[in-house]
Amino acid sequence: MLDLWPQILFWILAVVTVVSSVAVVVAQNVVRAAVWLLFALAGTAGLFFLMGADFVGATQLLIYVGGTLVLVVFGVMLTARGPFVRMETHSAEWTLAAVVGLALFGLLAGSILAASWPEKGSLGPAELNATSSRTSLDLGLAFLGIPPQRAGGVETTAGHDPANIGYLLPFEIVSVHLLVVLIGAAYLARSKRRRARGV
Amino acid sequence: MQHPVASLPTILLIAAIMFVCGAVCMATKRNAVGILIGAELVLNASNLNFVAFAYLTPFGIDGQVFALFGIVLPAAEAAIALAIILNFYNNHMTVDVDRATELKD
Repeated sequence: MLDLWPQILFWILAVVTVVSSVAVVVAQNVVRAAVWLLFALAGTAGLFFLMGADFVGATQLLIYVGGTLVLVVFGVMLTARGPFVRMETHSAEWTLAAVVGLALFGLLAGSILAASWPEKGSLGPAELNATSSRTSLDLGLAFLGIPPQRAGGVETTAGHDPANIGYLLPFEIVSVHLLVVLIGAAYLARSKRRRARGV
Repeated sequence: MQHPVASLPTILLIAAIMFVCGAVCMATKRNAVGILIGAELVLNASNLNFVAFAYLTPFGIDGQVFALFGIVLPAAEAAIALAIILNFYNNHMTVDVDRATELKD
C-alpha cells in the first residue's frame, strides 16, 4: 500500500494541474486566471518533485510561483481599469478556439500515443533518476561538464564524450541575458514616467 | 525497487493538455496579461516534458538542466513583457491587444 502513494499523489497533482490549466482558459477575469495559473504551476512543481527533480521543483516554486506570478499579479493590478479587467470573448470565437484547440490536442495525443518511447523496463531501477536524491549536485556537475557518478558506477550517456564541456556556456549566456533583461525592463517601465515628468 | 510514478505517454498527455490550454488562452484572451499567462502555461508544459524525459529515458540529468533554463528564461520574458505592457498602458490607457496596433503614442 505504501508503494502506491507516489502514484496516488501523481494523479491528484495531475488532476489539479489539468483542471487549473483548463480554468485559466475559461476564466473571464484576468485576476482569477492568474490565481488558476498559480495552482497549475504549483501542481507542476509537485509533479517535478514526484519525478525525482527536487531541485527543479524547488526552483519552479521559487522563481515561477514566487517571482513570475507575483510579477503577473502586479501587472494585472497596475493595468486594471474598469471594463478592461474583464475579457469578453464572443461565442463564435470560443467555438473556433475550442475546435482549433481540440484539433491541436488530437494531433499531439495521436503523436504521443503513436510514437515508440523507450520502455521503462529497458532501464534498471537503479538508473532511474528517482533513486538519486542529490540532483542539485548532479545539476551543478552537469553545468560544469563533469559526468555525474552514479551510485552503481553506472554513468549516464552524457559525459562519455571527452569533448563534452557541459552547460557552462549556456549558463553564462543565461546570466548575461538576465542582466540585459533586467536593465531593459527597468528602462522600458521607467522611460514613460520620466518623459511625462519632463513634459 | 522503485517504480516510476507514471508512464511517459501519460505525463506527455498531461503536458499536451497544458500546452493546448496555453495556446487557446493566447488565442482567445484580449487582455495582454492574459496572453502572457497563456505563454507561461505553454512554457510550463515544455518544462514538464523536459523533466519527464529526464526521469524516464536514459538521457540522464540533461532534461532537468533544460528545465532550469525553461524556468529562468520565462521569468525574464515575463519581466520584459510586463514592462512593455505597462509602457503601452501608460500610452494608451488600455491593455486590449486588439487596439495595440502601434506601440508608440
